[in-house]
Amino acid sequence: MDKLKEDSNDFATNIKKNTLRNLYWTAAWLASFAVAAFGPRLIWDFATLPTILGVLINLGVGFGMIVVNKRNVRGWDELQQKIFLDAAAFTLGVGLVCGLSYELLEDIRLIYSEPEISHLIILMALTFMAVMIAGHRKYR
Amino acid sequence: MKNRLKVLRAERDWTQAQLADELRVSRQTVNAIETGKFDPSLKLAFKASRLFELGIEDIFQDKADT
Repeated sequence: MDKLKEDSNDFATNIKKNTLRNLYWTAAWLASFAVAAFGPRLIWDFATLPTILGVLINLGVGFGMIVVNKRNVRGWDELQQKIFLDAAAFTLGVGLVCGLSYELLEDIRLIYSEPEISHLIILMALTFMAVMIAGHRKYR
Repeated sequence: MKNRLKVLRAERDWTQAQLADELRVSRQTVNAIETGKFDPSLKLAFKASRLFELGIEDIFQDKADT
C-alpha cells in the first residue's frame, strides 16, 4: 500500500506538470503562428528568408505541441482517455463529413464565397468541447 | 460487470478521493466504476486487487454469474 501511495503522489504531480507543459507549448505555438502570420507584413516586409524561417519555426513548434499533448493524454487515467478518445473520434468524423460537404457547396454553386478553413476549425473545436462536456457529464 | 468497490472502500473508511489516490486515477473514475457506469481495465482491476489484498473475482463479478 505504501508503494501505491508513492505512485499516487507521482500521478497527481505528473498530471499537473503535463498540463502546464501543454499550456506552455500551446502558448509558444500561438506566438510562433502570430509571428509567421504578421511578421511578413509588419516587421520584415515580405522578405523571403525570414518568412520561410517563420513558417518553419511555426511548424516545428506545432509538432512539438502535438507530441507534448499526446504525452499529456497518455498521462490521464483510463476513463479520462476514453472520454477524450470518444470526443476526438466524433470531432474527426464531423470535420471530415462537414468539411467535404462545405467544400462541395461552392462547387455545386449553393454558396458563392470561398469556404474558409477557419469555419471548419471553429466547428471542430465546438464539437470537441461539446462531446468532452457530454462525456464528463455521462460519467459524473 | 458488478463490483464490491464501494463496500470494500466503506469497510476501510476511505473516501472516493482516497481510493482514487491509491489507484492513481481520478475521483470521477472511482465513482463511475462504483456506480457501474464504467468497467475498469484488467490493469486497474489488478491494482484494486493488490490494494484490497483480494482476488479480482472477489471484487469484480460478471453480471451473468450473479
